Amino acid sequence: MAKSDYDRQNPAFYALLAVLIFMSVGPIALMFINSFKLDVDIISGTSGLLFLPTIQNYETALCDILPYELDHLDFCSLKFGGAFINSLIIALISTILTLVIGCMAAYALVRFRFMGRDAASLTTLMVRMVPPAVLLVPVFGLWNNEFCIDKATLVGGFIRDTFGGRGDVCLAGTHSGIILIYIAMNLPFVIWILQSFIVQVPYSLEEAARVDGATPFQVFFKVVLPLIKPGLAAAAIFTFRIAWNEYLLASALSDRNTKTVPILIVNNMSEFNVEWGVIMATGMLLAIPPIIFTLLASRQIITGMTAGAVKG
Amino acid sequence: MQRATLNRMTPYAFMAPAAIVMVIALLYPLLYMVWGSFRDWNPAQTIGETEFVGFKNYVTLFYDPAFRESLSVTLRFAVIVVGVEMVIGVGLALLLDRNIRGMSVLRTLFILPMMIAPVVVGLMWRYMYHPTVGTFNRFLKSIGLEGVDWLGQNALMSVIIADIWQWTPFIFILALAALQSLPRSALEAARIDGATPWQQIWHIKIPLMMPVLIVTCLLRLIDAFKVLEVILVMTEGGPGLSTEILALRISRTATEFRELGVAAAMSNYLLMLLLILTALMFAYTKIQEAREARLRTAAEEDL
Repeated sequence: MAKSDYDRQNPAFYALLAVLIFMSVGPIALMFINSFKLDVDIISGTSGLLFLPTIQNYETALCDILPYELDHLDFCSLKFGGAFINSLIIALISTILTLVIGCMAAYALVRFRFMGRDAASLTTLMVRMVPPAVLLVPVFGLWNNEFCIDKATLVGGFIRDTFGGRGDVCLAGTHSGIILIYIAMNLPFVIWILQSFIVQVPYSLEEAARVDGATPFQVFFKVVLPLIKPGLAAAAIFTFRIAWNEYLLASALSDRNTKTVPILIVNNMSEFNVEWGVIMATGMLLAIPPIIFTLLASRQIITGMTAGAVKG
Repeated sequence: MQRATLNRMTPYAFMAPAAIVMVIALLYPLLYMVWGSFRDWNPAQTIGETEFVGFKNYVTLFYDPAFRESLSVTLRFAVIVVGVEMVIGVGLALLLDRNIRGMSVLRTLFILPMMIAPVVVGLMWRYMYHPTVGTFNRFLKSIGLEGVDWLGQNALMSVIIADIWQWTPFIFILALAALQSLPRSALEAARIDGATPWQQIWHIKIPLMMPVLIVTCLLRLIDAFKVLEVILVMTEGGPGLSTEILALRISRTATEFRELGVAAAMSNYLLMLLLILTALMFAYTKIQEAREARLRTAAEEDL
């Protein structure tokens, strides 16, 4: 069917579309607008677009990494900049590692027949449903008490110097501790999505490469990986989204220096006097990376979402 | 010989990193939790110092009215949310399954709500529900109506509305994909036989979409039990226990009441619930596959 061949619809249909778009984007737009308003304007209710936009809320939020002093603020209480950097480090590293580990496992599950394959595939499917809240208790206990390296040993000191964290070098309180649980949490999902993409790679291509003398690893990295790029993009966005947005486990595992953005927002919300402008600005900063990804790669996201469910 | 060994080891080499991470950070913690749920455990102790109490935590929870309330809130939340989302999502998909300009833009805008952080969704809605400065009450008052006590008396409903806003697009997108992959021949045949649009929807489209819809519904149901941040930010479980879903209660039991053993037992209850749902989904896809295989062989025998 030619691209220009669109069906003509009745005007009521377009009205419905407009309402739907307003409903889904409206709250986000509202937050965006409010983040540029002073608290006075938000509370007094000078509604609509009649206000003087200001970036003061963003300045307050990012006061700890701004190169210049702020006039309206004598003390920088909200260490948002640092949290933003923590979030970036944790989300990016865990996404990359999850993808690498996950696509190798997905490839093995699709292409090889080996002992324990069914068990591995069933386990992956089953642990997909484990909610973060269920992991809270064991992760809290293990990361604080068991996954520790003694302070005196060489490795412990090295890890503490490299990754930071507390004196007794447990995983809790370090970036790597949070990254580890995010990788584990996202792996089943990534494996599940990538499997459906790897199945579609024609086996003859791999065979041809093997006949030409490529090792299994070369086949995987040079033949299979380039062909499943859309799947990788989808998986990357979903993993990043979870690692970037997650609150509960991060709040249990982080210490003063490794707080992520969601923790900061929740902490500020529960205080008695909510500064709406600043909160909206922090919320907006947290929402911007996923929004950008969505606008850039919505096709991949939708393919990824439908890959599992529609094909069964 | 060496080459053969190498080839035999390949799948294990590919699986190893994932297996190691999942065993250390997922399976071991789950076993640790099961172990911990039989113990009287507070956060200051390591698990070795705790006392074994058998099924005490489970029994206490079973008779605990707060836990029962929380369980019932969770079930109500999940069932209502998924039910309403299925109806709206599938309805919209049937309505918007047309060849129109800008469909991809539309889909992009629709998936925005579920891509942004639950924490942010919570704060957006908390602002809109605010009794005095919030958007809804301001609107109601501007047209001369009484403001509604959104996060007070109607907290559960408000939380449900926020979740419906965020997740209906998920169902919509999956249902739309299912619709567009339906065999054209069946629809064509129905149209030629003179089926009305309603008949097409009820007798052709819905039954053909059923397998996808059921999987979607179960996926969404599993996710509905994971919701935590949105509610935490909006109401913190209150007022009273009216919106304290299980995930929130687990986190409060662990951090506020400092009873890790009880929290672990509660996690186990939640896990069992989800396990049943997952098993259902798994069994359903297996049955579906078996049925399709049978139909295929039957069709081949006919030839």
